[in-house]
Amino acid sequence: MEHLFFFYFALVIAASSVLVVALRNPIYCALSLLIMFFHVAGLYVTLHAEFLAAVQVIVYAGAILVLYLFVVMLLNLKQDERYHGQWPVAAGVGSVLALEALVLILLKGHAATARPAVPEAAAELGNTEALGDVLYSTYLFPFEVASLILLVAMIGAIILAKKDLGGESMQ
Amino acid sequence: MIPLSYYVTLSAVVFFTGLVGVLIRRNIIIILLSIELMLNATNINFVAFSQSLHNIGGQVFVFFALTVAAAEVAVGLAIIIALHRAKSTINVDEFQLLKW
Repeated sequence: MEHLFFFYFALVIAASSVLVVALRNPIYCALSLLIMFFHVAGLYVTLHAEFLAAVQVIVYAGAILVLYLFVVMLLNLKQDERYHGQWPVAAGVGSVLALEALVLILLKGHAATARPAVPEAAAELGNTEALGDVLYSTYLFPFEVASLILLVAMIGAIILAKKDLGGESMQ
Repeated sequence: MIPLSYYVTLSAVVFFTGLVGVLIRRNIIIILLSIELMLNATNINFVAFSQSLHNIGGQVFVFFALTVAAAEVAVGLAIIIALHRAKSTINVDEFQLLKW
């Protein structure tokens, strides 16, 4: 049963990520990315990371993807030249990387499966409580830095997308 | 119990797809979507290892990756809008001001 769910999610994630790259219309690409986000959230649920699954749906599918669709529709693209001129280079680099990954997977596959999972004491707390506990104690400083990153990104996005800073309004 | 190598393989496939997308597509929006694919692939890895090693730190790092992804999308889309305003195209081949 576990394997069934995993293979369903893995198949849909792989297929929709290929569609993101291969489809011609940017809106269809964004929508297949939406399908991928939902299935990654499902994969998180099978990994007992329920809070992250909820955050994945709310932030990725709810906020980031809406932003993408908004920009795609705002720009109103007519035709789209599909692939880059450097695709032979990409194919060469990609095949080398794929070969390397395949070799690594085949070499390490046995070690990973042979090692028995350490059955430690499962967390008494729920996933959300445990995550919050660690986030606000051990990772408090990175958490504050992350909030600063968001603030800087917000200001930067407004300044970049603004039409003319001050020049027009002065007159 | 699903072996860890399955998750690593899935993550590698998705990351690889995103990498190919960044390399071969011309549309800047699709390139940003491919970067999202790669970030999601690393997140799958983080959560799988966090579950396997019984360490919640991996899930915290997914949280931070998500924050960075949100910031990247906001700034990236603002840059795309500025580029489209300057040249009324988002084909990366058209932006060659620094090329000689």
